[in-house]
Amino acid sequence: MQSQATYNYKVVRQFAIMTVVWGIVGMLVGVIVAAQLIWPELNVLEFLQYGRLRPLHTNAVIFAFGGCALFATSFYSVQRTCHTKLFAPGLASFVFWLWQLIIVCAALSLPLGFTVGKEYAELEWPIKIMIAVAWVSYAIVFFGTIAIRKVSHIYVSNWFFGAMIIAVALLHITNSAVVPVSLTTLKSYPVYAGVQDAMVQWWYGHNAVGFFLTAGFLGMMYYFVPKQADRPVYSYRLSVVHFWALIFTYMWAGPHHLHYTALPDWAQSLGMLFSLILLAPSWGGMINGIMTLSGAWHKLRTDPILKFLVTSLSFYGMSTFEGPMMSVKSVNALSHYTDWTIGHVHSGALGWVAMVSIGSLYYLLPRLYGKTEMYSTKLINTHFWVATIGIVLYVASMWISGVFEGLMWRSTHTDGTLMYSFIESVKMKYPYYMIRLLGGVLFLVGMLIMFYNMIKTIAGEKAYNAPVVAPAAAHA
Amino acid sequence: MADFSSGFWDLYVAGFTAFGLLLCLVLMFANRGTQSSGAPQMKGHVWDETLKEYNNPLPRWWFYLFLGTVVFSVAYLVIYPGFGSMNSTPGKDKGLRVEHAKEVKDAQTLDKYLSVNLATLATDKNAMATGQRLFVTYCAQCHGSSGKGSKGYPDLTDNDWLYGGDPETIKTSIEGGRSGMMAPFGTGEPLNSDQVKDLANYVRSLSGLSADSARAAQGKEVFAARCVTCHGQDGKGALAMGAGALGAPDLTDKVWLFGDSEETIIEGITKGRNAGPGSLANEMPAWKDFLGDAKVHVLAAYVYSLSK
Repeated sequence: MQSQATYNYKVVRQFAIMTVVWGIVGMLVGVIVAAQLIWPELNVLEFLQYGRLRPLHTNAVIFAFGGCALFATSFYSVQRTCHTKLFAPGLASFVFWLWQLIIVCAALSLPLGFTVGKEYAELEWPIKIMIAVAWVSYAIVFFGTIAIRKVSHIYVSNWFFGAMIIAVALLHITNSAVVPVSLTTLKSYPVYAGVQDAMVQWWYGHNAVGFFLTAGFLGMMYYFVPKQADRPVYSYRLSVVHFWALIFTYMWAGPHHLHYTALPDWAQSLGMLFSLILLAPSWGGMINGIMTLSGAWHKLRTDPILKFLVTSLSFYGMSTFEGPMMSVKSVNALSHYTDWTIGHVHSGALGWVAMVSIGSLYYLLPRLYGKTEMYSTKLINTHFWVATIGIVLYVASMWISGVFEGLMWRSTHTDGTLMYSFIESVKMKYPYYMIRLLGGVLFLVGMLIMFYNMIKTIAGEKAYNAPVVAPAAAHA
Repeated sequence: MADFSSGFWDLYVAGFTAFGLLLCLVLMFANRGTQSSGAPQMKGHVWDETLKEYNNPLPRWWFYLFLGTVVFSVAYLVIYPGFGSMNSTPGKDKGLRVEHAKEVKDAQTLDKYLSVNLATLATDKNAMATGQRLFVTYCAQCHGSSGKGSKGYPDLTDNDWLYGGDPETIKTSIEGGRSGMMAPFGTGEPLNSDQVKDLANYVRSLSGLSADSARAAQGKEVFAARCVTCHGQDGKGALAMGAGALGAPDLTDKVWLFGDSEETIIEGITKGRNAGPGSLANEMPAWKDFLGDAKVHVLAAYVYSLSK
């Protein structure tokens, strides 16, 4: 029996469309900064200098593109897996508009030079407060919906979304403890000092990766992979073990960003060890996703959405193997501060985060307009190949250039002098910078294809809110 | 280890570490599940029409991978520092000491050059190869990889010197650094902007650059009153007067540290060229303490060789 009530899809539609828009903006800025590294002449005007655009790129792709993708998919899946309308839809709408305002504030304040100077937490104090308000409102809507659910069991995707919401609130608020110079200036200083400040920053920084970019997107994966493959999740047991292990262990991993610094040795060691322990819990998610396809592998041949999802899981597996390896002190001695890190981040960010979001959106977008298919499946397939080639070029070029860079920096002559000057290591990187730029351009082109496909899918269509589905008989 | 301010924090960290490792073990053993033959068992819940779950046991290889990383971590904490304030197993932290000893030893290989006089050292091929590597590491940021300098940073290859180009003076410059002494003359006192412009025209005329002759004539009087102490009557600079330590440049040659445009010269006269802020800074840092005697010695010989 189906009730008359319908799911609240409006906020989902808003966030889904803005995901594509902000994805294009953020990746365009990425392409620009990649070009600036090759041609420094492109650093025109102080507002468009590399130093100001780079944080704009990271904030735009993580919090605007990634954030909107998480809001869209979590608001969609939490209603459907709880068999109820969204709790406090007005507040959900408030989250949407406030989040867009935050993005616009970031896009203005960063080029103007207002920054706290902490990576991925650059935005100045009034914007930090807006983020906290938006996030707490998000938490109320999400957990409110969980509270009014019509099924007793909470589906696994909601565990991950929920963990992300709680952890990000904790991280953001703790790392944002700053003292404004005055209430009328956009300048503030952290309450922490020295190495403690560095530790708080990287506890935040790595968990932004761990919870925002991993747990949140695992939540997305746990809904959209079984849906698109139409297969049961491989193992509930594995979900339980890897969920608790993942959210517990990630909290320890931050110090690996501070190897060989003033951070005490014991903290570096613990950061390294718990990063290593993270390997298996991370792979638990990959196994659960990929094994869900067993019995449905043939669908990969014809279903480009599934290609996006499976490829994202493969990149997730690769980068969560690479990450623990890079956190080992002796590997880190080579990789730290080199392009290898950039390659690692993008294998996660493009390969995992962007690919799983894109796949999920291709599933989601038509359904928000009462359809089941995008305008063109062929274009989804084109997008898949353009994006995949782009990622491979990007990641491989940065791996090579990063390893060369690390080797050049530390090779010494028998008299103790350095074999290479810094500028020689920069010159070495030019061809790889070119390949990286090409990879980035390809990925951006893929997003433009997606934008076209999206417009063709929704143009002239009426917004659709599906009726709330009654829980399966045995679970009411 | 003095990392902890009290014994409490030591126990706190050790306790949490042990708890964390134990938690991982309990979690994996309690939920391992057993391999059953036949079809995989279903969990039985259904969400959103189609979402279901199998309840397969943990994959064996994954289970052992997880276990392996935890066991490795325990072993690591026994051998290396990390468990509260527990010290590493004696002798196991020697890696760092070995590396440090090697660095010290490597650095000592340059000591043999200290007894060689600079002019002779400048002809020693091996020493100059070392010198070149040191130069591109420590000096190239300002003077460029080839030593040709840039705006505000002297060209070391043109045999034009501010403080003197004999080997010993070069070594003194590297050891103690040099600070420009040109004072600001045009920020209100003692010269007004008109006088500064006159002076700039006169300075340009000294090296044969185009200048407003009326202004240059007036500037000559200002020069005689204000500038000769350091730059000399004829403008040939401090070195020509035997007062190299002042560093006042020869204004009659074609070599310009900051540029020869009227605008640039006006900026220099107005705001001075000394240890001032930002783009005005005209300062070479002291390297003696940072690099030590041997490296400074080799670098001095190398810089000397650049202008030969």
